[in-house]
Amino acid sequence: MAITVKVLKRPTGGTSYLRAMLKGMVLTFSHIFRPKVTMQYPEEKSSKDWTLSSRWRGTHRMLTDEQGRAKCVACGLCPQICPANCIKLVPGEDEQGNRYPLIYEIDEFRCVFCGYCQEVCPEEAIHVGVHYENSEYERGRFVYDLERLCAQTHPVSTLWDPSDPKGE
Amino acid sequence: MTFFLVSSIIKLLVIFTMTMVGVALLTWLERRVCALMQDRLGPNRVGPFGLLQPAADGLKNIVKEETYPAKADLWTFILAPAVSFTPALLTFAVIPFGAPLHTKWGDVSLVVADLPVGFLYILAIGSLGVYGIVLAGWSSNNKYALLGGLRASAQMISYEIAMGMSTVAVLLVAGNVSLSEVVARQQGSLIYWNIFPLSLAFFIFIVAAFAETNRVPFDLPEAEGELVAGYHAEYSSMKFSMFYIAEYSNMVTASALMATLFFGGWDIPFWSRDDVGPLPWWVTVLTVLSFFAKTFFFLFLYIWVRWTLPRFRYDQLMALGWKVMLPLALIYLTVIATAIWFFHDQLGWAYDTRFSLALFGVNLALAVPLVFVLDRGHIVAGSVQRRRA
Repeated sequence: MAITVKVLKRPTGGTSYLRAMLKGMVLTFSHIFRPKVTMQYPEEKSSKDWTLSSRWRGTHRMLTDEQGRAKCVACGLCPQICPANCIKLVPGEDEQGNRYPLIYEIDEFRCVFCGYCQEVCPEEAIHVGVHYENSEYERGRFVYDLERLCAQTHPVSTLWDPSDPKGE
Repeated sequence: MTFFLVSSIIKLLVIFTMTMVGVALLTWLERRVCALMQDRLGPNRVGPFGLLQPAADGLKNIVKEETYPAKADLWTFILAPAVSFTPALLTFAVIPFGAPLHTKWGDVSLVVADLPVGFLYILAIGSLGVYGIVLAGWSSNNKYALLGGLRASAQMISYEIAMGMSTVAVLLVAGNVSLSEVVARQQGSLIYWNIFPLSLAFFIFIVAAFAETNRVPFDLPEAEGELVAGYHAEYSSMKFSMFYIAEYSNMVTASALMATLFFGGWDIPFWSRDDVGPLPWWVTVLTVLSFFAKTFFFLFLYIWVRWTLPRFRYDQLMALGWKVMLPLALIYLTVIATAIWFFHDQLGWAYDTRFSLALFGVNLALAVPLVFVLDRGHIVAGSVQRRRA
């Protein structure tokens, strides 16, 4: 049995293929001279049309106090809320009874960058960062320890504020 | 004899190098023009303006791993890229790319092999190119590749006929199948360029040439939406690259053919200094530049069309080939042969301006019903259907 192709009934009145084709060619040609939207990435990281949002949630950063110690008090809220279970926290206590993290590690591969850790933190210690350039030569380097988290300098995310949904 | 050998070898090397470099730059040009048409910049990192991008691509393709499908017909699989690559380069041998160069040892005709059967050679070698594609599709043992190969063969056979028919008209006017003679016939005045006395033949030829080179809107053999990548779906590294080079060298050859057959070859328009020899060397260089400028225009046209038009459906392609192009070419050939017989043999006109203009008139008269048929009932109407008030 021969295969038949369904031929659609198309409107023919007023359509001219040749002219439509030429019109298309003129359009594509005119685009050659229009301003380009390309951003030359490694040199240019933002343009007037595009910049990284201040609510961007990237790799983490731990804020420090005046003495350069992590603000973290090892309360254990962030590993508790973390949906990806990527934060490892072993709390310690000094002679005055102040809690501090003995081990604080975030596995950035497991992290889903939800930002709950920053939201839940009572001390405003752990933050997600406005940062996206994370390349390493080894997989192991993506488990950030406390020292590494404190050493990050990129800006931190403002997250989304329900009382100010447009960030104004 | 020594002179002939030495000059031939030099011409061979020059043409081969220029085609390969041209093809490399063409891949760059294609990507840049595509990007510009889409308001992007395209490859601009490697070298000035990204001009070394093809070199980087080539290097990448050479060092990449080659994979062979487990149940492929291995020998055919390996042979297919070469079979598709070779005819693409061979065709350029008979195309004259400049006026004869006058040297102190004798005149050098700027064509690698000035075959007396030049045009037949092009038709013969040009149709060999489909073998590489069919063999690639068949030997891959992949249904998509096979379908791509089958489509390619059907398409190329369909349009080969129309292409051959349309160029017979050129041969009728030139009275010779040697491409040097075809170019010589078009010397002297712009009106002698075959685009004027044989405009419709050019129309048929350019459509058929787009189909022959498997370019948009006729790129069904590699319709990526339906066939993954078509006939070269299973190829990797340099073998894939060979198909790519073959496609682009086919484009170069087809563009050069359009320039040669219809746009006066290396003739410089509006300038009679290049019409009678012997020419000083700088005029020869100018004619070569003129030839390459014309070829470049058609290459740009290929790219331009590719990034503008959508692809045909398969049945539309076949319908256009067999129901439009073939009858059109046959009717056109009959009419133009009759016209030449009438003007030349009956009225005794020489092949001059009057003759060209008369043929141009015949073409215009034929173009009106053709446009009417192609556009389904109008001569030229608005491109968009107007909403009725």
